[in-house]
Amino acid sequence: MSDLSINPSYRSKIHPKKFALYTSFASITMMFAAFTSAYIVKQAGGNWLEFAIPTQFYISTAAILMSSVVLHLSLKGFKQGNQNRHKYGMIAGTILGIVFIAMQCSGWMTLVDNGIYLKGNASGSFFYLITLVHALHIIGGIAALFVALYHTFTLKFEATPQRILRYELTVHYWHFVDVLWIYLLMFLIFIK
Amino acid sequence: MAELITTYDTDVILAEQGYDDKFHEHHHGDKYQSGFIHHYIFSMDHKIIARQFLMTGIFWAIIGAAMSIIFRIQLGYPEESMAWLKPLLGKWIVVDEAGIGTLAPEFYYALVTMHGTILVFFVLTAGLSGTFSNLLIPLQIGARDMASPFLNMLSYWFFFLAGVIMFYSLFISTGPFSGGWTAYPPLSALPQASTGSGTGMTLWLVSLTLFVVSVLLGGINYVTTVLNLRTQGMTMWRMPLTIWAFFVTAILGILSFPVLASGFFMLIFDRSLGTSFFLSDIFIEGQALDRVGGTPILYQHLFWFLGHPEVYIIILPAMGIASEVLSVHARKPIFGYKAMVLSILAIGFLSFIVWAHHMFMSGVNPFISNFFVVFTLIIAVPSAVKVFNWITTIWGGNVRLNSAMLFAIGFVSMFISGGLTGIFLGNSAIDIQMHDTYFVVAHFHIVMGVAAFFGMFAGVYHWYPKMFGRFMSETMGKIHFWGTLIGAYAIFWPMHYIGMAGVPRRYYSFDSFDAFKHFTELNKFITIAAAVVFVIQLLFVLNFFYSIWKGKKMTSRNPWEATTLEWSTPIEPIHGNWPGNIPSVHRWAYDYNKDEREYVPQYIPMVEGEEEDH
Ligand code: HEM
Ligand SMILES: [Cu+2]
Repeated sequence: MSDLSINPSYRSKIHPKKFALYTSFASITMMFAAFTSAYIVKQAGGNWLEFAIPTQFYISTAAILMSSVVLHLSLKGFKQGNQNRHKYGMIAGTILGIVFIAMQCSGWMTLVDNGIYLKGNASGSFFYLITLVHALHIIGGIAALFVALYHTFTLKFEATPQRILRYELTVHYWHFVDVLWIYLLMFLIFIK
Repeated sequence: MAELITTYDTDVILAEQGYDDKFHEHHHGDKYQSGFIHHYIFSMDHKIIARQFLMTGIFWAIIGAAMSIIFRIQLGYPEESMAWLKPLLGKWIVVDEAGIGTLAPEFYYALVTMHGTILVFFVLTAGLSGTFSNLLIPLQIGARDMASPFLNMLSYWFFFLAGVIMFYSLFISTGPFSGGWTAYPPLSALPQASTGSGTGMTLWLVSLTLFVVSVLLGGINYVTTVLNLRTQGMTMWRMPLTIWAFFVTAILGILSFPVLASGFFMLIFDRSLGTSFFLSDIFIEGQALDRVGGTPILYQHLFWFLGHPEVYIIILPAMGIASEVLSVHARKPIFGYKAMVLSILAIGFLSFIVWAHHMFMSGVNPFISNFFVVFTLIIAVPSAVKVFNWITTIWGGNVRLNSAMLFAIGFVSMFISGGLTGIFLGNSAIDIQMHDTYFVVAHFHIVMGVAAFFGMFAGVYHWYPKMFGRFMSETMGKIHFWGTLIGAYAIFWPMHYIGMAGVPRRYYSFDSFDAFKHFTELNKFITIAAAVVFVIQLLFVLNFFYSIWKGKKMTSRNPWEATTLEWSTPIEPIHGNWPGNIPSVHRWAYDYNKDEREYVPQYIPMVEGEEEDH
């Protein structure tokens, strides 16, 4: 009878805030999909200069991949009540994030030294545009990590569901911008 | 036949059958229910935020409509003196020695641009979907509030800020942006291109970027709420069509607005950092700029990839509202519920692959156009399914012709008229003649402008009691309806003919075109009709504000005898929506005239042997 029809998935397993975060990934993805589509269209139009991607962008890639790993461990540590792993993982992750930004900056400077300017050929303009807007997303992630660090150092170590959730949101966002970078780098390497 | 059952004891049923989520044990509400500022200004309650969106939308609608009257005067009476507008427009009215005032052409373009921007984004996006998504999503799915009330509040304040900046741009000395609501480069990309391209365009970009943030925050919240916070028993297939419409609208927004943001980023780079994404071979005052290699077509792709979904972001909420209002006031189940849902989904999907029908004439490859022609015409199929179902829903119903119902029917009429002209335009060969003429203006005003407004009016008249505990005046509502219906057709119907004759849109004056001389009288007629319709809208505004304080009071909680959950909440709205249990849902939203019952609310359990209707 009627009770059979009651939706068993009521209050689904995934927390709504997490769900909202994942939804926002769709938005960010669309934004970069727009950039990369515009890139392809522009490239097909001709007058497109090829250039080598400076090494720094590969170093930054290694840094961000590592940061995702340590942040993952840090999150696990938090859930398991392992304070040290939580804390040092977070510090290491944040530092690696900053290294990523530093490497991107250094990469841009090398590009400029090589004569690839923002104002020059569209291939360069796109490269700067895409990496720059991505870097802004990383900076947002670093800001979130700073908030997490602040909490870790000011609050008593206590893995409440509320705080686990908050940290999870931060780390999941970080993984997302990490994967996003891998996609962008692959794109820039293969479609040039 | 036995007497129809028409009353239900909601409180008893909810106490016995409802779902106890222990909400009121936590006292969430108190922290932001106290004090005027937190209650009415920085509120996180979805019902208050809905009203904020609505009030702000009304404010912008008045400004945007007033602008259209000014440029209509220019179009209808180009010879008359506009000196009397000097006190309002200041230096934009140029008065010669003889005392004859003329509207500055730059400002004419600025008015047209602002009119479009304001109506499309601020009124029909934020004012329509912001208002009703906020009001109805939690109430109709049986949730205490949005998934994130905080983001919801931010969504409103980003919109507010976007509005403040756009409003400010109206008063700067070089005037607001004047390159059209679509902001095509080069007018939008080169600050020196025209008076409005400088500071005006910068402010336009800042404002709309904030607006994109607002839409995203709102949309993410709506989608999350619909998918995660539905009450017990509220399966997706039992959701009212309003919720389906808001849900798909939010998805469209989440996926398409970021693309606009990308276009904006590139525009900002072109404007401020010297890149040439959208610029090539530009000469200003005989001097070639050093911007080469870009193409404005790229911007058009990015813009219309948002732009076409955007028109459905505007119309889908109106469709949802019309479906609901038609069913309630016809006392009949909506016809073809599943087909309605599927056509919303189909329209949502197709809206992403038709954008280039706005660009048939901008030099895209004709073979690519063919592809877009086909998909554009396919949109007519789900659209026609919806129209058919609306008509069948009211067919033979026990129709109550109140203001809400009239506007819902008017919506269907407008959607048919405007949809048909869309089919003309969707053919790239016919569009060679029609593109950028008044035919296009007529098409989108009827199908989007007027139809969406009708949906919005239907929603306001219908849910006004839910929002303010009082009714709007029916007499004024009916005058409003008939005046607007006749007036809107009087304005836009003739524009089709003007457009077919080839009269281009966005021209300040047609003085130098002999071929268009015979439209002088028709243009006067349109201007008069527009002014009359404007005055009739003021009647609505009057009715709206008068009724907040003086309207007939709501005495029962379900005055329309509707089945959806919002009418099971107390007349006096409270934080958390239901004082005790939240309702559990046992049936779809359209059980009207079922068996011997006149209507059966969604929270009424099925009786032994009863079957679900769809
Ligand atoms: C059967 C469905 C429809 C078809 C086939 C269709 C087709 C078209 C086409 C081909 C154009 C471009 C005309 C030109 O610029 O030369 C156009 C313009 C437009 N349509 Fe539609 N349309 C349809 C429904 C709608 C709906 C439902 C809305 C909004 C709710 C809408 C809003 C607009 C707007 C705003 C423009 C003009 C934009 C501008 O240039 O400023 N259309 N339509
Ligand atoms: Cu379109």
